[in-house]
Amino acid sequence: MEKTNGSKHVIGVLVENQPGVLSRVAGLFSGRGFNIESLTVAETHEAGVSRITLVTTGDQHILEQIIKQLNKLINTVKVIDFREVEFVNREMALIKVKAEPQTRAEVLRIVDIFRAKVVDISPNFYTVEVTGDEGKIAAILELLGQIGVTELARTGKVALARSKKRVKD
Amino acid sequence: MKRTGAQIFFECLKKEGVEVIFGFPGGAVLDIYNEMSNHEEIRHILVRHEQGAAHMADGYSRATGRVGVCLVTSGPGATNTVTGIATAYADSIPMVVFTGQVPTPMIGNDAFQEVDIVGISRPCTKHNYLVKDVRDLAKTVREAFYLARTGRPGPVLVDLPKDVVQAQTDFRYPSKVELRGYKPTLEAHAGQISRGAKLLRKAKRPVIYAGGGVIHSDAGEELQRLAELLQAPVTATLMGLGCFPATLEAGDPKRLHPLWLGMLGMHGTFRANMAVSNADVLFAVGARFDDRVTGKISGFAPKAKIIHVDVDPTSISKSVAVDIPIVGDCKNALQKMVQALEAEPVEELEETRAPWLDQVRQWRETYPLAYQQEGDVIKPQFVVEKLYELSRGEAIVTTEVGQNQMWAAQYYHFNRPRTWLSSGGLGTMGYGLPAAIGAQVAFPDHLVIDVAGDGSIQMNIQELITAVCYCLPVKVAILNNRYLGMVRQWQELFYRRNYCSTCLEMAPDFVKLADAYGAVGLRATRPDEVEPVIREAFSVDRPVIMEFCVAEEEGVYPMVPAGKNISEMLLV
Repeated sequence: MEKTNGSKHVIGVLVENQPGVLSRVAGLFSGRGFNIESLTVAETHEAGVSRITLVTTGDQHILEQIIKQLNKLINTVKVIDFREVEFVNREMALIKVKAEPQTRAEVLRIVDIFRAKVVDISPNFYTVEVTGDEGKIAAILELLGQIGVTELARTGKVALARSKKRVKD
Repeated sequence: MKRTGAQIFFECLKKEGVEVIFGFPGGAVLDIYNEMSNHEEIRHILVRHEQGAAHMADGYSRATGRVGVCLVTSGPGATNTVTGIATAYADSIPMVVFTGQVPTPMIGNDAFQEVDIVGISRPCTKHNYLVKDVRDLAKTVREAFYLARTGRPGPVLVDLPKDVVQAQTDFRYPSKVELRGYKPTLEAHAGQISRGAKLLRKAKRPVIYAGGGVIHSDAGEELQRLAELLQAPVTATLMGLGCFPATLEAGDPKRLHPLWLGMLGMHGTFRANMAVSNADVLFAVGARFDDRVTGKISGFAPKAKIIHVDVDPTSISKSVAVDIPIVGDCKNALQKMVQALEAEPVEELEETRAPWLDQVRQWRETYPLAYQQEGDVIKPQFVVEKLYELSRGEAIVTTEVGQNQMWAAQYYHFNRPRTWLSSGGLGTMGYGLPAAIGAQVAFPDHLVIDVAGDGSIQMNIQELITAVCYCLPVKVAILNNRYLGMVRQWQELFYRRNYCSTCLEMAPDFVKLADAYGAVGLRATRPDEVEPVIREAFSVDRPVIMEFCVAEEEGVYPMVPAGKNISEMLLV
């Protein structure tokens, strides 16, 4: 069965912050042929619990399996299925773009339009920090790309449900 | 009072009621072995290869329902258990494997006999642990046993660095386990049960499809009750054999239970595969729709509404879409289903069931399992039938993997759970002998038979000395066809008889081999020698190897070729 067909989905996983837990999650995806587009992980406000946000592709059947398999991991506290709720999601990118005298103004204009920030300057480069959803990051990358991007570091997606219901274990 | 990690290790095992460890020592576990003589209530079986230890713990577990335990050293000791762990994982067998590890300061330095066994075993264990602090040891062991035996059972590995078992701390065994992320659903949902019951009440051609989960949850009686209430025929997977009585009386193959369909799937009976293919309601319990059962997915139970009971939600609707999923322990779900159906009699039971059971009977009579024992050559099926007859169907039977396994599954009729121990999911050659030893350790007075092939017996033959050493009188029946028979059968059918690398023309003299190990070696080359050999083997209180020189190119039938519907069987 082709497992990469289907649309993108965001899944949140609250895990006990134990050694090897990331490897269990990653191993589950590679071992079962599921796809990971991006993955972010960091501690939460609750001691000992980390939150993984991952983006995967697959049809509904595969999504069901992924969610069940994630739930089955002993260190998984909760799986948040964003199919069922409205949610906000953000990514961040640090973009090093050529900023020579003749292009600096254009870079700053783009930065301004996208409500991004210049966080580091050198004689020939600006480093731009931008936060937004996938579309926004793609758009600024396209525009800055025309000027000349030399390095790019992006986070994966992070997401939180919009509904009033707070995620509890 | 402070105790060492090694002492704590044994105290924990005693708290868990462990009676026996299968193990093999080495540098990283020397402190544990040094402590062993102070704990004589725990028996240690010294194996000859760590894979054997894992399979013995597995066989012990399957035969008893208890958690099997093995103990090995770091590095190669640990990696040698991996096949055994994966075997147990594939069949959901509760087991705890303790591996030694290099001292914590040396981890990651490529130390002598260091391997990242936690990393290696991650995909084939239910869970695993590296204990980095002796103060976590008792809690970890407690959790390991709890995880192994609860929910969907499985193997758990605990890696024990040498400095941890040497370090000291106070011993306190936690009274309960708290795992935030682990709360298996055992209680079947009442609403789903009543939906299932409603569907079953209306069924005209119901079939019960039972798997290993029925055995794990000790739900054989409930299953039988359900089958009787519904007058529904029962088929079982390879793992489920024994969960429903095959015959009305043990040892009498002529009186098959009228509701018993036999095994289904690739080498299932004609009637089982036809019944599933024509069922209008399929009640699957503790089974996982394995590819060897379903054949082509779209052709599996095409006319049936499917009810699926399983303790593991990932098993439900994984490969086959299910109409009524029921997550829960099989015993719990079956009890509730029986109650729901007992509440009032099933309507029109006689009218609807008579034609269906009649149809099943016709299938059975048209194409029974069959072979021809004629001439001077022993047929392998004949050997299994004789083993069945002469053990009156009461032996614990283990198998290796391949044709020997399938013939044993087809021709030995199991009436009780936990008497059939076979590597189903992983299909591990070399499983049968050590598993038989593990079962014999649990039941020293019971007849234990390993049905083997000439290929697979050589994969763990070294454990024969373990059987001799501990006076474990296992009976190994080698069906010697001088081939890796099942692979040869595939070559015959699908690779134009290109018998590449499957002919084992050079083999040890198994009778002399048995003798060299201090076991009894017997051989039968003609049909009339089969019975005397088996009788003699059963009469001696020692390990025996029986070599049966059988027809070389006999095949296992029926057979559903890979990718076909299970109704499309090759019958001869």
